[in-house]
Amino acid sequence: MFDRLSFPQPWLSLTLFITWQILSDGVSGASVVLGLILAWLIPQLTRNFWPERPTFKKIWIMPGYVLRVLKDIVVASFSVAWLILSPRTPRPAFISYPLHLENPMAISVLASTISLTPGTVSADISNDRKILLIHALDAPSNQEVINDIYNRYEKPLLEMFQ
Amino acid sequence: MSLFAEYAISALLLFGGAFTLIGAIGLARLPDFYTRLHGPTKATTVGVGTIMLSSVIYFSALGEGIDFSEVLITVFLLMTAPVSANLLAKAAMHVSVKTMKGTEGQPWEQ
Repeated sequence: MFDRLSFPQPWLSLTLFITWQILSDGVSGASVVLGLILAWLIPQLTRNFWPERPTFKKIWIMPGYVLRVLKDIVVASFSVAWLILSPRTPRPAFISYPLHLENPMAISVLASTISLTPGTVSADISNDRKILLIHALDAPSNQEVINDIYNRYEKPLLEMFQ
Repeated sequence: MSLFAEYAISALLLFGGAFTLIGAIGLARLPDFYTRLHGPTKATTVGVGTIMLSSVIYFSALGEGIDFSEVLITVFLLMTAPVSANLLAKAAMHVSVKTMKGTEGQPWEQ
């Protein structure tokens, strides 16, 4: 299992290392050593669970994408809050979303984004990974929701991963 | 602690508390299981986020240097909330939970 002293997923290792530095009380010699051990051990142990390594093409889009999602979470939270408090009954819908992404990692990022942004929850994915089932809390029209998700989230992910 | 920091912390706490409350009201008010999934996963994200922010300001204003460990709570929440929402939705479809009247489309057969 530990066939060689390597970091099979450098990005995961880096994230783990930084996370450990934030978690421990200030950066010290001990936290750096333990951080390095964790950054090596965890990717080695979980190696078999990762489907295939995603190939990033334009990783520098990532920060902008994260900021946009955070902004959308805040903005759309207000609309969900408003919907909960207003007396009108929502118009929920199950929507089949045609996926353009192929990489499993990219699809799970998209599905998580859909679940996090208020108003939509990704419920299921078809066996051939072509269609994502989404439950929308209040959909004016299905096509609008599909276009919104494609333009706001899937397009940047397509650029990032493929 | 400066007066400004105290006001900012109070405002953020009230805001976060209000959002969490609205999420809970949504749980009681919304008509079926699938719509109820939305309230807690979303409103609470913003609620926890602002409460966490006020905690960061509080401990930073105490003058022990800026401490970001609380940010991790929100990051972990953002990573796990979609997974639990997805599993709940899948479980609901598996046992064919009834959808509310006026729902467009059908959940898939499991």
